[in-house]
Order: sequence, then structure tokens, then C-alpha cells
Amino acid sequence: MSFAWANQYEPKNDFTKWLDEKLPVPRLVYNAVGAGYPVPRNLNYMWNFGVLAGFFLVFQIITGVVLAMHYAANTEVAFGQIEHIMRNVNYGWLLKYAHANGASFFFVVIYMHIFRGLYYSSYKAPREMIWLLGVVIFLLMMATAFMGYVLPWGQMSFWGAKVITGLFGAIPFIGEPLQIWLVGGYAPNDSTLNRFFSLHFLMPFIIAGTVILHIWALHIPGSSNPTGVEVKQESDTVPFHPYYTAKDGWFLGLILIFFSAIVFFAPNALGHAENWIEANPLSTPALIVPEWYFYPFYAILRAFTGDLTIPFTGIVLIEAKLLGVIAMFGSILVWFFLPWLDKSPVRSGSYRPLFKKFFWFGLVPCMAGLFYLGGAKAEEPYIVLSQIFTAYYFLHFLVILPIISQIEVPKPLPFSITQAVLGSDDTPGGKSGGGDNPGEVVKPLPGGDTDGSLQPAE
Amino acid sequence: MASTAEGTEEGVRRRDWIHIAAVSTAGVGGASVLFPLISQMAPTADVLAASTTDVDVSSLEPGQSIKAVFREQPLFVKRLTPEEIEEVNAIDAGGLRDPQTLEDRLGVGNEDILINLGVCTHLGCVPLGAAEGENKGEFDGYFCPCHGSHYDALGRIRKGPAPTNLEVPEFSFTTETTIRVG
Repeated sequence: MSFAWANQYEPKNDFTKWLDEKLPVPRLVYNAVGAGYPVPRNLNYMWNFGVLAGFFLVFQIITGVVLAMHYAANTEVAFGQIEHIMRNVNYGWLLKYAHANGASFFFVVIYMHIFRGLYYSSYKAPREMIWLLGVVIFLLMMATAFMGYVLPWGQMSFWGAKVITGLFGAIPFIGEPLQIWLVGGYAPNDSTLNRFFSLHFLMPFIIAGTVILHIWALHIPGSSNPTGVEVKQESDTVPFHPYYTAKDGWFLGLILIFFSAIVFFAPNALGHAENWIEANPLSTPALIVPEWYFYPFYAILRAFTGDLTIPFTGIVLIEAKLLGVIAMFGSILVWFFLPWLDKSPVRSGSYRPLFKKFFWFGLVPCMAGLFYLGGAKAEEPYIVLSQIFTAYYFLHFLVILPIISQIEVPKPLPFSITQAVLGSDDTPGGKSGGGDNPGEVVKPLPGGDTDGSLQPAE
Repeated sequence: MASTAEGTEEGVRRRDWIHIAAVSTAGVGGASVLFPLISQMAPTADVLAASTTDVDVSSLEPGQSIKAVFREQPLFVKRLTPEEIEEVNAIDAGGLRDPQTLEDRLGVGNEDILINLGVCTHLGCVPLGAAEGENKGEFDGYFCPCHGSHYDALGRIRKGPAPTNLEVPEFSFTTETTIRVG
């Protein structure tokens, strides 16, 4: 699971020696997130978000389990129970706001983590499995967050549940019975609230299990890095502990300052006032929108206003409703194919001039636009804009990315991480190149390289 | 005796039968355990005990609507004005996304009472337009604020993402002025 030069765990006293023979958990931790895990020395702050995501998962589980001690999943009392938590339970207001905003921060952190993966192509071989598991985690997170948002049984909870379960009704033939089965009725009711509570409690643990697989898969090739050049030698790495435990710790502190600022001074800034009104099945809020972290996908859902027909015949192939649903799920499912759509052997966007342009001036504004449009009203000009941005989103992944990887001339890559950091590669144990042998510093263009840079560690 | 059945290296062994039988039994058992686990998610008996809803339309003036509840869902009952009837009759129903005429919507023998589920066929929001002063959309009927579906005075989809007209539930006149829905 690690490079040959990784530090070895050595139990210090009799107890740890005894434990190491019976149940080597300290060894596991040492090798996973301790001094026994060599990590590239050049990671920038974008590499902090994985640990932060792990932190917020644990944070949500702890606050969630505590909140569940005071909640009741019954449509008669659920809304009142939230008020009970806010007013009567000791520090209930803090736990409730910490859990609600914790979800937002979890998504902020995850989006930064995905953003890192997209820019530095962390999804490329040999790390495809890490990426695939990451997309699974993201989907599980979305389901968990959606069901959690239903629990307060406010107006947005109810209508959000109705709209999202309505998505399944768009599936041909089985859609309607499937929707009734999922909801347990014709509209969200007591059965719905109960099953969502049960699943909302269960799914974080499934996420935690998937996270373990995600980290396991990560430890086979080891972490990627901003140059995209694989680790070649000991001087390319530093032990995770203390170097990155310290860096992650300091960054966590920074994030928690922002988090506390939101929880204590603007706890409802990221929510909707509408959800402090009890659910009313007979009155739809003027504007139904999901929580902010679903905006881009909601914008894609709403972008489809016309049926897909055979021109001039009026024969409908796919209804607008189903198109929107397909596109919304497709916008995430396309990530599963990313490792194979982007064929460029160069990983880091920093060495890919053309990719970089489309990333910063194409994908990033497109996502920002979709974020804005998902929260906007369903009227012009927002509809046309969401259609344009949705079109670009899919073009980017399905057309532009594969073409770029064919025609782009990447910049020369540094020979090694050490060379990229120090400007030379003359440390002991280094291979040829750098120092006295500057001609070898610049690696030949990738493609036919056989210098082992793509080989996984042991 | 055993040598003929189990001694040979190739072909069918007596133990294969036990394997198949055991795995099949376990498989059928497993599948039958799944059934209650899946079935429990379906609507419960009290939800399914589908009630009917009676609506009194005696005091309903042309252009007015009543909101009622039918199977946990909003129900719009509206008496159409002569102008609305004229307007919708002027449109060729064949060119609509979900072609239905006035008679398809109201039923035979019913002149002006439109009964719709107040559930947008897109994703299930309650459309506006049934109460005084609400946004009736571009076609003077109902407007769903969620994703911008416009319905006309007959609840027919005219613009926006909804695939079909607002659902007309089964109903019958129990008296001159009372409608039983369901």
C-alpha cells in the first residue's frame, strides 16, 4: 500500500506490541493517515478538502445522531419538534443550526474537492476507481441531504419532496407506480416522512463505508499532485504526519472560523424562510427551489421546456419532463465516463494550455451560471440562459474534452516533483536529470514515455 | 456403489444435484424474504382506503372556483364563463400537446363545470389560478409557478414542461348541484 521508502510502524511499548499482534489498528492508522503514508511534497491548498470532507461527514453524523434524540418523524408533530429543539432542548438551537449549515459546508468542501479533481484530472489512470467511488459518494450525499431537508416538514420540505419524487413519475410505463411506491401514497405523507427519516439516518453510514473504499483505492497509487507527475523517488514525498496533518489541521481551523461565523451570526442565510412555515399540501410556495447546493442540477432539470419530436411529424419521442430528468441525472452520470472521455496523458491543467482556457472560460462560468439560474424564477430570460448553459455543460464533457485531448500540445512537464519544487533534481537518490544533467530535466512529451511515471507504487 | 457416482473426474456428480437444490432453495427463500421488504413501501391500507369527495356546486357562479381535497390532493372545481367556453371552442384542439376538446374535459351532459386535480402534471406542484387574484398564466387558466407550465381555462397544457393536461378525476352528479368525485 505504499512506497518502498515509507516509514515502518514500530510499536513502542509492551501494550502496543501486544495490540499490534492481536488487532493492528494503530498500524492501520499509521499507514493510512500517519507517518507511514508518503505524500507528494508539493500539494497545494486544493488538496486539503478531502480531509475536510471527512471531518464534515463525522460532524454531520454526530450532530445528526444527537438531533434524532429529540425529533419525531410524524407529520402531526414533526414541524413542532423542530421548534421544540430550537426552544426547549439545551443547546438545541446550536445543534440544529450546526447540522443544517454543516450540510452546506459539507457540500462547499465536496465541490472544491471535485473542482480539484476536474482541474488536475485526478480521475485519470491509475486513479479512476477513486474518482468513480467519489461520484458514488456524491450521489449518496445528494440523496441523504434531500431526505434530511424533508424532515423539518416545512413548506419547502413538503414541496421539495413532492417535486423530487415526481421526477420518478417521468419514467415511462413504471414511473407512476414507482413514484407511488417510493412515496407510499399519492402525495408525501406520514409514511414518506418516516421512511425518509429512517434512510437519512442510515445513509451517512453507507457513505462512511464508501469513503473507506475511496481512501483504500487512494492508497494504492498514492495521492496525485499539482504537477500531475507521479512520485519517482523519496525526495518527492513527505510523510503525511506531521506535514499534512499540520497543514490540514490549520486549514480546518480556518474553515471552522467561517463555519462558526455562519452558525452564530447568519444561521438562516443559506436556508429558505419558506421552510419555517409548516407543510401545507394545498398551497404551493410561489417559488420552489431546493437548497443552494442543488441549484446547478435543478437549473438543468428546468431547462427542458419542449418535447423531443421527429421534425414536421409531431411524433413525440421523449417528453420534455423526461428529458429534464434524464439531463439532470446525466449531468452527474457523465462524470462516471470522465476518465475515458479525457484521453490526454497529461494530468495537471497547469500544463494544458487549451484545456485550461476551456476550463476557466467555459466550464467554470457555465457552472457559476447554472448555480445562479437554479435559484432563479422559471421565466425568461432565465429559461433561455439555462438552456444555453446546459448545452455547454454537456458539450464540454462529451465533445470539447475529447477533442482537446487529441489536438492539444501540452507544455513540457517537469522531470519530477522535486525538480518542479526545487528547480533541480540533484538530491541523493535522484535519477538522471537536473543538476549536472540539465538536458534531461525536461521530460519528452507524454504518450510514448516509458520512464515509469504512470506505474503505481507497490 | 459410490465409486460409480463420485469416483469419476468428469461429468455429472451426485453432489452437483445437492448444490443446485441447496442454492435454488436458498435463492427462492431469499427472494420471498425480499417481497415483504419491498411491499411494505407501498401505500398503507388507510391511504389506499380511497374516499370519495362530495362537492356542492349550487352557489358556484360562472368564473368562480372551489378548492376541495381529493385523496390528499387539491381539487379545483370551476364554473366556466360563457366567454371562456367561446374562447376554448375557438381553438383547434388537435394542435395541442394533449389534444382534448371541451366535451373530453367536462364529460357528457355537463355544460360548464370543470373538475381538475390541482396537481401540475410536470412535478406535482399546485398551479395558481383557482383563487381570486392569482396568476392565471398566459392562457387565462392556470399557471404552475414551479417550472412555468401554462394551462388554459380548461386545464389543458399550452406551454411549459408539463406533458399532459391537468387530470380530470372520475366524477358523477349525485343531484343537480352535488358532484361526487372518485
